[in-house]
Amino acid sequence: MNTKRLIPVVAATLAVAGLAFAGPAQAKVEGDTIILGSAISFTGKYSTNGIHAKNGYDIGVAKINAMGGVKVGGKSYKLKIQYYDDESTPLRTAQLLERLVNQDGVKYFLGPYSSATTKAAAPIIEKYKVPMIEAEGASRSLFNKGYKYLFAVLSTSEQYLASSIGLAAEIAEKNGKKASDVKIAMAFENDPFSLDVRAGVLEDAKKYGMKVVIDDKMPRDLNDISSTLTKVKALKPDLLLLSGHSKGAATGARQIKEMKIDVPMIALTHCEAAKITSKFGASTNDFLCPTQWAPTLTYKDKYFGTAADYDKEFKKTFDGYKNVPYQSAQATASVLVWKDAFERANSLDPEKVRDAIAATDMETFYGGIKFAPEGNNIAKPMVLRQIQNGEYNVVAPSKWASHPVNWPRKAQ
Amino acid sequence: MWDNISILTAAPVFNIQLILDGLFIGSTFALAAYGLALVWGVMNVKNLAQGDFVIMGGYIAWWLGKQGIHPLWGLPISIVVMFTFGWLVYVTIIRRVIDKDMFTSLLATFGLAIVLAQALNLMFGPEVQTAESDFAIRSYFDNSVTVADIKLVAFALCGVLAVVVVLFMKNSRMGQAIRATAQDARAARVMGIDTDKVYAFTFSLNAAICGAAGALISMIWVIQPFYGIGHSIRSFVIVTAAGFGNLGGVIMAGLGLGVMEQYGGFVLGAEYQQACVVGLLVAVLIYRQLEMRRHRQVVQ
Repeated sequence: MNTKRLIPVVAATLAVAGLAFAGPAQAKVEGDTIILGSAISFTGKYSTNGIHAKNGYDIGVAKINAMGGVKVGGKSYKLKIQYYDDESTPLRTAQLLERLVNQDGVKYFLGPYSSATTKAAAPIIEKYKVPMIEAEGASRSLFNKGYKYLFAVLSTSEQYLASSIGLAAEIAEKNGKKASDVKIAMAFENDPFSLDVRAGVLEDAKKYGMKVVIDDKMPRDLNDISSTLTKVKALKPDLLLLSGHSKGAATGARQIKEMKIDVPMIALTHCEAAKITSKFGASTNDFLCPTQWAPTLTYKDKYFGTAADYDKEFKKTFDGYKNVPYQSAQATASVLVWKDAFERANSLDPEKVRDAIAATDMETFYGGIKFAPEGNNIAKPMVLRQIQNGEYNVVAPSKWASHPVNWPRKAQ
Repeated sequence: MWDNISILTAAPVFNIQLILDGLFIGSTFALAAYGLALVWGVMNVKNLAQGDFVIMGGYIAWWLGKQGIHPLWGLPISIVVMFTFGWLVYVTIIRRVIDKDMFTSLLATFGLAIVLAQALNLMFGPEVQTAESDFAIRSYFDNSVTVADIKLVAFALCGVLAVVVVLFMKNSRMGQAIRATAQDARAARVMGIDTDKVYAFTFSLNAAICGAAGALISMIWVIQPFYGIGHSIRSFVIVTAAGFGNLGGVIMAGLGLGVMEQYGGFVLGAEYQQACVVGLLVAVLIYRQLEMRRHRQVVQ
């Protein structure tokens, strides 16, 4: 081959390679823009909530940019998020995070959606020592591995249904019975998140000396729990607890209606995500549903105002939301923590920013945020809402309750 | 486990609930399994996308329900749409693998199953859906046993569909051609039967039967894009237990499987409900193996 003709080819190849290497080193901060990275689910089984979370991130970034951005070292920076679709598979999340760090040069991260994908993300974050503030991975197992760069603004999963145990005890005592007389029936999906929820319930039930009469685990492809509900009819518990993501809530609500289950108190997770009120109507009245956040709570901050203001602004920005899912609210809150941490660190150095995040102690429209050494948020409780005439009203803990709890529930 | 059994002996009325629920859902299992037996027996294609056809039928009924058409009217539409879809799949995929070895057709239908599940997920999202019939729910024995009217209707419809298919296979020209092809495809060709057309019709008929089963399942259970595999496994268990040409056996095995799942869930806990199905498959295979060994010894 002619050497003269080869030279430009080699030169061009080197130039391209050079660009590829030169680009990323600067990419974490491009001019006056700080890039946050996130691999999140736009397709696959988590896509609905993945998009709720993305909307939450986007409205947070837009708000901060509109209010003058992030001030670091006397200079104002805008925020921008670089997204990748992890297709709801943890393996892909891990690959994409490697790509964000190595090829795109991103040094600051927002979380994926779900505990499973966050679990896959955490080791990568630790390996490269880049901080991640996540908002959608609640599993307790994320916070007992000694991770130093993972922070979560949401309450961990063992708190989801534990508050219903306290409420059941309270009601039993009000009716002149002992808390230890309460009989519990529960069915949880056999996955890390739901089993965490179960662990929290068992811990609290043991504290009150309550008896667990049914303790079923539902399979991953669950489409029928009628045999468990037949047991419920036979054993007549005082409290029925269900948790199995949206599919558990939908299957449960449908079969509770079909079998006319009349347990005085029923609590289940993911009521809103499964849209049970619009699907099953009045039969879902008086169900108790835990939530990370509700627009009626009295938290507020300087960015969005009160929780109710956030709710209004979110609905105005994004079409098609009748209720704002808490998944969006907590995603927004994690963006607010980033701004706060950058400004307190007054530096763009990942180590310094990480230390600033660890020292966070702030109030947002979403609730208080203060991280335990393990990285989970300890400043915000879960609240319990009850479906009353198709509306979700906060009924416990009593400090935040907007409505009294309806008890006993009647089968409809 | 013993606690749960003692409930059933102390309050036998709960047996009625379990048996009824098992029979209702079992009838839809039997329907889907009959379709599988047909394709397996006539074409020797083991359709791994069977459950995904079922779920697809369910989504058609559910989607029509959302447009304001009662899911029971969605049932015939689902049958027609799935018949057409089955024909398309036959022409584009199955025809090319039918005379290849077993693994080719297994791989092709497995691939089809994955594509269908992902396509449903893209179109309708990953949420669990149910088609609402808004029929009454009756209770008996002081609310210990509840029966939703839609389940009774679905059970009756399954029966009607089974009778229609049997009459069709017995009496129509196409039905006779299908049976002739199943007995000996080459002889059927010699007699002037267009076996390619028979195969296309058989495969489409199976898809239509799945469509019907799926529409009923969406009304009495729940559907989700990735639930197809469970229904595929059930169909395989039923057909392996009952054999191909044996409609009575398929119905008994289907209903039996439905009841067994309910008892499994009640006695062992919900986590073992589907494990029962797979456990039964293993038991049936072992039994068949032993039976065959005995047969071989006789031949020797």
